[in-house]
Amino acid sequence: MKKEQLLDLYYQMVLIRRVEERGAELYQAGKIGGFMHLYIGQEAVSTGLIAAREPRDRVITAYRDHGVALNCGISSNEVMAELLGKATGMSKGKGGSMHMADTSKNMWGGHAIVGGHLPIASGLALGDQYAGNDNVTICMFGDGATNIGYFHEALNLAKTWGLRVLWVCENNQYGMGTAVERASAVTEIRQKAEGYGMKNGQADGMDVMKVYEAAREAIDYIRKEGQPYLLEVDTYRFRGHSMGDPERYRKAEEVKQWQENDPIGIFNKYLLDKKAATRKQLDEIEARVEEEVTKAVEFAEASPEPTMEDLFKDIYADN
Amino acid sequence: MAKITMREAISQALMEEMDRDPAVFILGEEVGVWGGTYAVTKGFYDKYGAARVKDTPIAENAILGAAIGAAMVGQRPIAELMTINFAFSAMDYIVNQAAKLRYMFGGQFTLPMVIRAVGGGGRQLGATHSQTPDAIFAHFPGLKVVSPGTPEDAKGLLKSAIRSNDPILFIEHATMYQVRGEVPEGEYTIPIGKSKVQRPGKDLTIVTYCKGLELSMKAADELAKEGIEAEIVDLRTLRPLDMEPVLESFKKTNRAIVVEEGWKSYGVGSEVVSRIYEEAFDYVDAPILRVAQKEVPLPYNRTLEQAALPQVPDIIVAAKEVLK
Ligand SMILES: Cc1ncc(C[n+]2csc(CCOP(=O)(O)OP(=O)(O)O)c2C)c(N)n1
Ligand SMILES: [Mg+2]
Repeated sequence: MKKEQLLDLYYQMVLIRRVEERGAELYQAGKIGGFMHLYIGQEAVSTGLIAAREPRDRVITAYRDHGVALNCGISSNEVMAELLGKATGMSKGKGGSMHMADTSKNMWGGHAIVGGHLPIASGLALGDQYAGNDNVTICMFGDGATNIGYFHEALNLAKTWGLRVLWVCENNQYGMGTAVERASAVTEIRQKAEGYGMKNGQADGMDVMKVYEAAREAIDYIRKEGQPYLLEVDTYRFRGHSMGDPERYRKAEEVKQWQENDPIGIFNKYLLDKKAATRKQLDEIEARVEEEVTKAVEFAEASPEPTMEDLFKDIYADN
Repeated sequence: MAKITMREAISQALMEEMDRDPAVFILGEEVGVWGGTYAVTKGFYDKYGAARVKDTPIAENAILGAAIGAAMVGQRPIAELMTINFAFSAMDYIVNQAAKLRYMFGGQFTLPMVIRAVGGGGRQLGATHSQTPDAIFAHFPGLKVVSPGTPEDAKGLLKSAIRSNDPILFIEHATMYQVRGEVPEGEYTIPIGKSKVQRPGKDLTIVTYCKGLELSMKAADELAKEGIEAEIVDLRTLRPLDMEPVLESFKKTNRAIVVEEGWKSYGVGSEVVSRIYEEAFDYVDAPILRVAQKEVPLPYNRTLEQAALPQVPDIIVAAKEVLK
């Protein structure tokens, strides 16, 4: 990877972190409502994955979607505006935190029904197969989502029909308050792909370069072979499941231990060790992000609310 | 009489019935260690242990299927759907299994089970997490649907539901857990399938249930200031639907509105109004109106969401309209 590209990945990860930290403050201040699931701690996963795609490759994910949206190139202005429910958000204030999509960026949404988007990912890939192209669909989901039927139906279909999907399980160790081993018969999620004869792999989700390399390899295989692939990525969410989670199900020491493996810290060190960046350059990126996020909040706060007319818009494509 | 919250009322009903009958157990997502996403089963896991308060995988079909099977062999499961919106992920088990198995096998199977589910909008949860689809479920013979509007009713009806030998969908409202109300001291149950006059009046009848009751009570207070006395009939159970108190009230007032949180088309109001026309046509003095959710999926934006949901002023306007 070229130096500029590496620096750009660093920028993206810091941007996700700061957008969400500011988002959390705005939530506490009552300016954001509903459910808000933070990606903090998992930034390396979507950053590495999406860096490995070509722009024509599609991305679809669950409700923990702010990071994915930013990685796909949706602006922090729009992300912040959507969080605040403004008309200038990519979903025009109707979707909120859980429903960020921008088809022009090939980001096909955050989806709030656990596992619900997996068969849809098969469908995106089916559409591409039908059109005769070799686009890849990257479908991200949590460990908890691998216990619902949707997951199994979608994987079986993808393998049976030879659909180009990169299934990415973000194993952050919990589905809400339920640890993986309390809900899943196998704790190594990638094993579930074996039941469908699907090629699979595993990557350290705290290390953006490792995610990137694993995703590159998987995407090459998928594109060339016309077959799906399941990648399990080990990661951890530093914050609660969503805002207001009492976190009775895990110990503070456990969280602390993972936080010592902060994906941004790891990448920061990697860049300095490899002499891919100077301390000054990284500081500059952080300062640039700070400014960008401040502006995004200003933009969102100054943006108009959707109108009463908007309430009745977009129910149907034909009227 | 003690004044407790809806949350406490439901929690007490569950605990009393678990203490009373060892066949009663709970299964669902985050009901145990977490204590329930709405804190209804807080403390249950420690008190009853993992065998009676079962945290499940995220697998609504398995939750309901397992509850049905366990009920068929004599246990009394209470399956919790984290929200009623996830019932759509397990619709087959509600519609094709729970509601049909007994009848289809000539009465051989008995399904003493409760499906507890939280519904309702108003919390900015977006279109898939804010629905009030109660009417859909009330459509199916074989299933009973209960949706209380006061802590007293919630406790008494839930206890009856747990003791009932039929599958019952028990729908709670996400914004009502803090609602306080008087509850009788000691043991009591309330029969399923009985509507109730929650506020007496003589000028018009407001038929409603669940969240609609809370809104209608407020509207009635406002109307009373203008000398209009609304009588509020709370359905409490949507199937079987008890029209007696509704018709009795209507024959007295000759004017009615129906208030529900769900969408108007094909809704609870559609059913109630038809029944009034069918059974009390001679008493109709004015067209009966429905107050319900606007015909849009609920948006995240707070202002738009509130605009789409039925509100107290909408009820007041409709009440005055039928009194013209
Ligand atoms: C069908 C369905 N059931 C339940 C829920 C409630 N719910 C939302 S997120 C979640 C946990 C999902 O865990 P996981 O897939 O591991 O993703 P993570 O939140 O850890 O990223 C649950 C149970 C839902 N949204 N949809
Ligand atoms: Mg998880």
